[in-house]
Amino acid sequence: MDELEAIKVTFFQECEELLADLEGGLLAMQEGVGDIETVNAVFRAVHSIKGGAGAFGLEPLVRFAHVFETLLDAVRSGEVPNTVDLAAVMLRASDVLADHVSAARGLGDVDMAASAAMADELKAWTDPSAAPPPAAVVAETAEAPPPAPVAADPDALDDDDLGFDFQPMTISIDAQAADAELIPTNVWTVSIRPKSDLYRKANETALLLRELSRLGPIVATMDDSALPTLEFLDAEAAYVTWSVRVETDDGEEAIREVFEFVDGDCELDIVRGEAPVEAALANLLSAIEPPAPHAAVQAAPEPVAEPAPVASAPEPVAEAPPPVVAAAPAAVAAAPAAAAPAKVTQADVPGPGQSVIRVDPERIDRLIDLVGELVINQAMLAQRVGEYGIAPSSNLAMGLDELEQLTREIQDSVMAIRAQPVKSVFQRMPRLVREVANMTGKQARLVMDGENTEVDKTVIERLSDPITHMLRNAIDHGLESPEERRAAGKNPEGVVRLAALHRSGRIVIEVQDDGKGINRERVFSIAVKKGLISPDVQLTDEEIDNLIFLPGFSTADKISDVSGRGVGMDVVKRSVQALGGRISITSRPGLGSTFTLSLPLTLAVLDGMVVDVAGETLVVPLAAIVESLRPKAEEVRPLGPVGSVLAVRDSFVPLIDVGLALGYRNTSPSPTEGVVLLVEGEDGSRAALVADAIHGQRQVVIKSLEQNYQQVEGVAAATILGDGRVALILDVDAVINLRRRESPRPTEPSLIAAE
Amino acid sequence: MRTILTVDDSRTMRDMLRMALAGAGFNVVEAVDGEHGLEVLSAHRPDVIITDINMPKLDGFGFIEAVRVDDDYRAIPILVLTTESDPSKKQRAREAGATGWIVKPFNPEKLVEAIRRVAA
Repeated sequence: MDELEAIKVTFFQECEELLADLEGGLLAMQEGVGDIETVNAVFRAVHSIKGGAGAFGLEPLVRFAHVFETLLDAVRSGEVPNTVDLAAVMLRASDVLADHVSAARGLGDVDMAASAAMADELKAWTDPSAAPPPAAVVAETAEAPPPAPVAADPDALDDDDLGFDFQPMTISIDAQAADAELIPTNVWTVSIRPKSDLYRKANETALLLRELSRLGPIVATMDDSALPTLEFLDAEAAYVTWSVRVETDDGEEAIREVFEFVDGDCELDIVRGEAPVEAALANLLSAIEPPAPHAAVQAAPEPVAEPAPVASAPEPVAEAPPPVVAAAPAAVAAAPAAAAPAKVTQADVPGPGQSVIRVDPERIDRLIDLVGELVINQAMLAQRVGEYGIAPSSNLAMGLDELEQLTREIQDSVMAIRAQPVKSVFQRMPRLVREVANMTGKQARLVMDGENTEVDKTVIERLSDPITHMLRNAIDHGLESPEERRAAGKNPEGVVRLAALHRSGRIVIEVQDDGKGINRERVFSIAVKKGLISPDVQLTDEEIDNLIFLPGFSTADKISDVSGRGVGMDVVKRSVQALGGRISITSRPGLGSTFTLSLPLTLAVLDGMVVDVAGETLVVPLAAIVESLRPKAEEVRPLGPVGSVLAVRDSFVPLIDVGLALGYRNTSPSPTEGVVLLVEGEDGSRAALVADAIHGQRQVVIKSLEQNYQQVEGVAAATILGDGRVALILDVDAVINLRRRESPRPTEPSLIAAE
Repeated sequence: MRTILTVDDSRTMRDMLRMALAGAGFNVVEAVDGEHGLEVLSAHRPDVIITDINMPKLDGFGFIEAVRVDDDYRAIPILVLTTESDPSKKQRAREAGATGWIVKPFNPEKLVEAIRRVAA
């Protein structure tokens, strides 16, 4: 990638963080805790976005950020009072800013009309007359003296016949200047009288001379007549002045520009022609003029010359450079070098360049892969050693134990490299809540907890959708309208809490609202009406609550903008299950509901049940398993010529022989001889998988089958077991669907016949 | 090789500076704010410092002042990053002791030229 492009990527990453900071600060301001630090941080966020955008020439973003920044600057200085109302406006502005950032990134568009309206609204807060000037108006030359008449008329520079280049500001040398014939137009005399401030700011006359010499040949004459004797010498004061004869065709502006940085810190006269006194002096001293073609610095004979101004050394005399100094870098470099007593007390403090390493994600993936292999290898080794009957107290076994510890630690550490705080997902949510609340006419406040909880990057990327859905749902269906809330004696503003925490090796995301809770009667009746359950079925409260996860269930009376986009909670459940996660809801009428989402910390390892089927070892993802059981003969009912179902409590569940489904065998043994795993597919459909034996639960490292072989229907991935054998990981949904697709044909006719 | 210390809280800006400076043959060390800048300063002894103004913890003004009162470092030239739209900041930075300034957005040539003008 092009280096600039890489920086652009960084810029947009940084924008994300800055936008989050901005939002966080504005939210704090809205809560009335906007101290000056918060305001400063908010200002910096917008300022930095503008700065970076400027570097990449992202014009619309710069323009909007500029207006925003101007207002924030006024807030910072106290010109515009920092009020809760203002914070609300700026929160909306931050959303527009975020849109601009996205648009600059090529993701989506900005509603330019809305943006312009927002910009006007922001401007209205500051004094309209104090509206910012176009950026180009304030040039650095603003502080420079007005240009001399000569410069105003460019032709004058080339006009060497008459005395039109007479300069009113330099009356002192009128005698010379009047005699225009004698003055070559490209000769300038620059007199420099530095103040001590010039040196205090680490500027350096020698460097100014060097810059002048870039314009053309110079002859510099130093006047140290003001230099006191040693005992009265202030090493940091400026006693020495210079007169420099410059031969250049570049003109006065170019000369003046050399002194841009020291404007105000030295008295400067730039006149055309030779200066009488200095010229005479120069002639006088021409004998010692060094042969350097361009730069020549000449000192008056007094040897204690040019106090090394900023060098700050206790003995100024020792520091004083020799009287004749060629304006060469080497001589001047002595000053900083002399001021270099080794002070390396904090040498260990790392700069940001050292403390942060950027690594190609593919390298980390590869490392994680290798560690996976290591884990498998270690398990194999342990199993072999076990098979040889080596005593656990033997050195070998103890060494292996240590190896196991180490392996696990390495695995954890490597996974931690890819772990990221959920903050990156959470920080997008406040805006969502604002928007959804606006759209639904609810008042909602988002409280977030555990943003720094870390989880594998691969999981983070897929958390956003479920959280978005749950939040939409909590506001749209959970929270009541402000009127209803007031009537119920609640704060009209509802609170939605989004929390992340680690629990027993998984990440748990909770979305909690303080709304009305689930109306169980209504949920039940809707489920009946939609034919999802039979009207006479007895369900616990919890079971009724979880009906909302059934496909095609929607409790909204009217389809709203927000939740009515064809995505119900069933979609959320499915996407969560696809990640090996689980979702559930608890609700208390009148007090609100809590959605709890639990996910594995990584998609690189999987909790699975190891089973035997027709001599093959398979792994069934634990997340899909509801329970395992040994069926009794009377619980198995035949259905059609080949199918059969299992009676589990009040319902019948189709029995699927895994061996048959995957083609390991042609006839299934009786389910009563094996073990049955009751599984639930992503769509909530249940099935009873028949296996021959269960070996127990194990964490396995997932190996992609597609990458190593090809996709196989009914198989999600593969893993390598401790004994070195490859075991396939079952794709539960695919197995259920396989049966659905294949078995109805033979069974349907018989069903009809039975009717 | 000359060492330049860049002090800026924006990663983008630090990266931009690094690209321009490294491309011109400078060694670059970085700090994320004024406080950090003072720490890095003692570890790396830069030849020139380039600093932003708006930063958390210790801003550019405070950072420049702190450098200027330290006998060991006050001779180091400091360039501030400013924007054209705010001449008052430039003035304040100069009062704090800035040697010169660079107007954002800068191009690499201008940046290197500004360094040449102040670096011995």
